[in-house]
Parts: sequence; structure tokens; C-alpha cells
Amino acid sequence: MKYIFYYLIFPGFLFSAVIGLLAGWIDRKVTARLQWRIGPPWHQNFTDIIKLLGKETIIPEGARFTFLFSPYLGLISAVLVTTYLGRSMISPLESFSGDLIVFFYLLAIPALALIIGASASRNPLASVGASREMKLVLAYELPFILAIVAVIIRSNGVIQLGQIIRQQLFFGSNIFSFSGFLGFLVALFCIQAKLGIGLFDIAEADQEIMCGTLIEYSGLPLAIFKLTKAIMFYTLPLFIIVLFLGRDLTPVFLIAKYLMLLGIVILIKNTNPRLRIDQALKFFWRVPTLLGVIAVILALFGL
Amino acid sequence: MSHKIIVPIGPYHPLQEEPEYFQLYVEGERVVDIDIIIGYNHRGIEKLSEAKHFDQVPFLVERICGICSSSHPYTYCLAVENILGGEANIVPEKALYIRTIIDELQRIHSHLLWLGLTGHFIGYNTVWMWAWKYREPVLDCFEMVTGNRNNYAMFKVGGVRRDLKDEDIPVLKKMLDELSPGIDLFRGAIMDDPVIKMRLKGVGLLTRKQALDWCVVGPTARASGVNIDVRRDEPYGVADRLDWKVILEKDGDIFCKTIVRILELYESISIIRQSLNKMPKSGSIDAGVKDIPAGEGIGRVEAPRGECFHYIKTDGTNRPIRHKIRSPSFMNVASDKVSAVGGTISDATLTLAAVDPCYCCTERVAVINKSDKRKVMNGWDLIKLSQEKTLKLKEGYDGRPE
Repeated sequence: MKYIFYYLIFPGFLFSAVIGLLAGWIDRKVTARLQWRIGPPWHQNFTDIIKLLGKETIIPEGARFTFLFSPYLGLISAVLVTTYLGRSMISPLESFSGDLIVFFYLLAIPALALIIGASASRNPLASVGASREMKLVLAYELPFILAIVAVIIRSNGVIQLGQIIRQQLFFGSNIFSFSGFLGFLVALFCIQAKLGIGLFDIAEADQEIMCGTLIEYSGLPLAIFKLTKAIMFYTLPLFIIVLFLGRDLTPVFLIAKYLMLLGIVILIKNTNPRLRIDQALKFFWRVPTLLGVIAVILALFGL
Repeated sequence: MSHKIIVPIGPYHPLQEEPEYFQLYVEGERVVDIDIIIGYNHRGIEKLSEAKHFDQVPFLVERICGICSSSHPYTYCLAVENILGGEANIVPEKALYIRTIIDELQRIHSHLLWLGLTGHFIGYNTVWMWAWKYREPVLDCFEMVTGNRNNYAMFKVGGVRRDLKDEDIPVLKKMLDELSPGIDLFRGAIMDDPVIKMRLKGVGLLTRKQALDWCVVGPTARASGVNIDVRRDEPYGVADRLDWKVILEKDGDIFCKTIVRILELYESISIIRQSLNKMPKSGSIDAGVKDIPAGEGIGRVEAPRGECFHYIKTDGTNRPIRHKIRSPSFMNVASDKVSAVGGTISDATLTLAAVDPCYCCTERVAVINKSDKRKVMNGWDLIKLSQEKTLKLKEGYDGRPE
């Protein structure tokens, strides 16, 4: 019963969805102000989701059952990772050894769900989008692992979120070391690619392939994808904060750190055009991967 | 591993403001071939024009395109004035200046619009919104001078319809002064941004030879190093009395097309400033043309997208008996066939937009058979079809009481 509450209400589905949608509104509002527009009211994202729930779900002819199944897959794993992240922050002792590996897998599933759903929809644009998403996953996962590995090494090799938080409580945030800072930079790029915004809005590229992976989705499944994205918009920055800025996780500092990270992401998004997929691939395999390797080496030397 | 799929761009697509259909044949992400299918928006303007008298036609051709809505009426007026003895000989001095000012203002707003859209297409929405923000005062000036933001209704055979009032001139000058820093900002933001360079440099290449082969016009040609500009080659308005230069770039990629258009904005601002200073304070703005003699005339205007061409044939009545329009996009869009092939889908979509296509100018009728053989019909074919139909109708009515 307790776990169901954790999963569905706090810190799981309901809480993260509300925060994520609000963060999405901050994104839209700041973007609008930067572009000399007024921007939507605070409840716009909620209204969008509710409206989508009331719309007809159109299933393309010949679509496989995975078409309707994959949105739920993405949502379930996103909520799971959020719940566990939230619980680890509230009571670090509850976490189990090796949980970061589970984290890593669960964080990859929303992207996989997108690929599966898009491939099942039998739309040529969706298949282009799916192939782009796949390449993007290949591009960002390696540097992301390297950044996490750097943190693990800094925490004396414990693969446990609670321990990493406790470690930073005693020895200061990871970001204030060379390896931690490099790892933070790498992770910052990786979460943008995972969220698919700004430079890496490649798989959805609405002017090129008309929202690619999502093109055939409508109604409830689309709303679920949007919710998954909103939850990831809350979870991924939080994950970065826990790994790299985990010294003081009291609510006031946490919110300040989250807003700061959000601000950086929004600014990068609004001052850069979208990359081409081959450019994104080259970028990730050259710059962040290299930085990640350097971070790991530095961490091994204790810097 | 060649698995060819068709990626449809259109008929309705966020890339395009108008219905148009590009079939990209794609292997993986690479575009190997492209089919351009036009004709979704055909309105039969040339035919309609033959049913209007000379004073009504400018209003009609203005509506060919909302963005270059002074180029078409201007070209039409030039064509009719060609029959009468040339623009310079009949149009009053002040009207020439007003025509040039309106034409260049239109170029500014059109280029800014394109700049914004290009930003949008590479996913850089900030550029989009900022470009359109700077475009807004230009449209306000249009509204102030002509009464409309688009479709200005300024041109008539033998002059212009509205005078440029003295109190409007300082407002126009102030708008231009405020616009210049904005364009500086874009020049800096686009020429120096490494990510934009990554996206635009070397993309959608159109070499000089290809540009000549595909007869592209306007900024698309000038970015490939083809030195053409109707304003210089066959001056109209007061273009030959002012000091300005034709912007040329060599490489022919989208980056060059952007640079050409941004630098042309400066030239247009300069042209308008000079015109405002040199314009006579008073004087007639309309020659009061009454009759158009029989004859043929052509008009050429450098529209924002390139050379716009109109041909008029008259027989002494109050209507043109033939009105032929060739708009710049019709030439430019075809060049996508070479420039968009070979790149990725991201590049191809950008290339399609880089010629600043104005689809409603481009529309021609295509008849599609069941066997999928297309035939482009010319005006005579349409007339024959119409006559056949009339004959059929007459046969049907035979024997019935009138």
C-alpha cells in the first residue's frame, strides 16, 4: 500500500507530472519572453493534456499492437525511475546497492518506447524519426555512462544513489572538482539529447519530418507521451542535481538548483538551431565522450 | 543496402505556408531524388485578367502573392506602359520615386520574412520571432502610407494611387533608422554563430553553372555568383539615379543565400533613404492614362525572389487580350532538383525553403490521367477544352425550346 502511494502520488506519478508540466510551462514562458511574445498562462500544459485525453485516438491502418502499448511502457518506466529517485533523496538509506545501473536502464526506456511506437505506426516520416532517435541514443548513452562512472569513482566505487548523496553531504558536491565539473558538462548535454530539445530536437524536428516519431499519435497515447516527456523534464535535471550538486538537498536549495539547471537548458535551447543527426552523432562521439573519458581519468586520480 | 522510401513534403507540411508537394526519394537519411509536383493552388489569374479592364488588373495581380504584392502590379504597369512608350516617358517624377520606395519596402519585409522562416526551419525559433518583430514596423509603415499591411493597391497604369504625404516621410526615416541596428544584430548572429554555419555552409549547393542551366533568378542566382539584377540591367523607377550596388556571393550554398539577402536589406534601406531625400516635394502622381492602343508590351521587375515578368497584348479595347506572367519562384523552385539531391532530409527541407519559394506564384495546371501521365496545359489547351465543352453544351441543348 505504501509503495502504491509512493508510485502513484508522491514522489511518483502525480507529483512528478505536476512539477514536470509546470517546468514545461516555465520553459514555454521564458522562451516566449525571449522571443518577444507573451506566452501561455500557467495552466496551459495541463489544459493541453486534458484536451488530448478527450480527443479521438486514431490508429493507423496496419499498426501493430506495440503502437498502443509503447506509450505506457515509457510512462511506467519514467514514473518508476522518478519514484525511486525521490525516495532515495528522502531517505538515502532505503536505496540498494547497484541501483544506478537500474536507473540507467530505466532512463533509456522512454526513448526506446518512442522508437518502438514510431516503428509500429508504419509512417515513413515516423520511421525516419525512429532511426534518428536510435542514432541519438547511440550517440548520447556512452558519454552519459562515462559521466556517471566518474561520479561512482569519486564516491569510492559505490554504485548506490543513497551512498553518493551521503558522500557529497560529507565531502561537498561533486561539481566542485575537476572530474565532477567535466562530468556535469557532459551530463548537461546528454539530458538535452534525452529530452530532445534545442540542439537535439532531431527526432521530432517538426519542420523537417513533422514531429517524426509522434506523427501518427493522437488522443490518449499522445497525451501519455507528452506526460512522459514532462516527467522526464522533472526527473533528468533532478538526477543531475543528485549526482553532481547533491550536497544540500533541502527543498529551498533543491528548487533553486533545479531552476538554475532549467534556466541553463532553456537558454541553450533558445540560442541555438537544431543540429543535423550526423552532426549530433559526431559531436557526441568527439566532445562529450572525450570529456567523459578525461573526467573518469581525473576521478581515478582523485581530482 | 538500398532501401528507397518516399518521404512526402506536402501537400500540407509545416515547412510550407502553401500547399505544394515534394516527393523525396530517400535511402536512409540521404535524398537520392526529388519530384516536384505543383498545381494545388491554381487560380487561373491570367485568364481572369483578360476579363478585367486595365484599371482593375493591378488589384487582381496583386493577389497573386501576398508577400510580393507590389512586384506583380508594378510589373503589369510596366508592361502596359511599355505599349504607351515607356515608364520614364509617361509616369510623373514623384510617382517614380513613390513606386521605388514601395518596391524596396516590400523587399525589406519579404527578406525579413524569409530570414525568420529560415531560422524556424533550422529549429532556431528565436531568430524567427526576432526577424518578424523587426518586420512589423515595416508593415506598419505600409499601413500608414498605403492603408494596407499587404496588397497595397498603390500601382496604377501611369502613376500611383496615393501620394506619399510629407508628414509620412519622417516616420519612414525613423523606421529605417531603427531597423538598421536590428539587421546588424542578425548579421552578427548569423555570420558568427558556429552552429548556424554548421547547418548552412556547404548545404544545398547550386554552382554557377547549375544556376545558369536552371535559369534561376534573383538572390538565388546572385548567391551562386550570377551577376543579374533587373534594377541595374534594365532600370525602372529611379533605380538608375541612385547609388547602390548588387550583392554577389560565389559559393551558392544556403549560407551565401542568407548573406545575400541580409546585405540586400542594407541596400534597400539605402535606396529608400536616397529616394526620400531626392523625391520632389510636390507634383502630379498620375499621368491620367485613358486609352491603351493595340500592341504588345513586357515588364520586368526585380521582385524579392528574382525577376518577375509580365507580357501584355492589347487590341485597342479596354482589356488585355493576353496576359502572361512568369514569376521568379517558378524558375527557382525547379532548381531544387539539383540542389536538394544528395543531402540529408534535414538539408533537403532547408534547401527547399532557401530559394524563398512563393508557391502561389508558381502554380500551373497539371492534368493527371488514370495512367499517371501528367501533362502541363498551356493557355491554348485550356481554351480548346473550354470550346469543346461549350460545343458539347450546345449539342445537349439542341432541339429543346429556348
